[in-house]
Amino acid sequence: MWNYEKRLQYPVKIKQTNPKIAQVIISQFGGPDGELAASMRYLSQRYTMPYKEVTAILTDIGTEELAHMEMVCAIVHQLTRDLTPKELKESGFDKYYVDHTLALWPQAASGAPWTAAYLQSKGDPITDLHEDLAADGTIL
Amino acid sequence: MSDNRPCRKDLMNRINTVSFAVDDAKLFLDTHPCDEEALEYFNEFQKIRKCALKEYARYYGPLTIDTVNVDECDRWNWINEPWPWQEGGC
Repeated sequence: MWNYEKRLQYPVKIKQTNPKIAQVIISQFGGPDGELAASMRYLSQRYTMPYKEVTAILTDIGTEELAHMEMVCAIVHQLTRDLTPKELKESGFDKYYVDHTLALWPQAASGAPWTAAYLQSKGDPITDLHEDLAADGTIL
Repeated sequence: MSDNRPCRKDLMNRINTVSFAVDDAKLFLDTHPCDEEALEYFNEFQKIRKCALKEYARYYGPLTIDTVNVDECDRWNWINEPWPWQEGGC
């Protein structure tokens, strides 16, 4: 069960659009080490985690990753607001736009669609935590 | 609505700040459930957060479903204020 809180974990207020940067940042939404993968990784692994401390932290961090995802999406959304056809073409954002317009769609910067193959959930605590370190620990 | 209502931006900043403290203390407590200092810290900031969320809802609309107050309003005001990613949102 989840409840929504109508604020971002940290406010995002971007004044200047920049579709070029948006195409890179979108990887943090739908890329292999993005927030969607992080969230799904923790929230899937927690059911078979045998230690209550770790079950709790997988639940709470998995939840927090959803809040991170919302901030990343807000960044991409604000970077691509009200683009003109000229801006779309010049920035290369036209390749994304043709399929998704200015909607948010979980993909990596390369254009590869988000996939569950980005994460692993094995039911062995050491294996799963090792996977978590490899995926999320790289940015710590 | 009173004229001496609190500054929206200040109130929102306070909510963001204390919520971050609560979030971080929560994660620490998950793996250190008996740490008295952390428990006290959590308690202190959770209280401030609850008050601030209630105060925000009273003047600027609810941020959480638990601070929606339909007694003082004849419409569903959850949909009124901008969403967090929109202009004027939190």
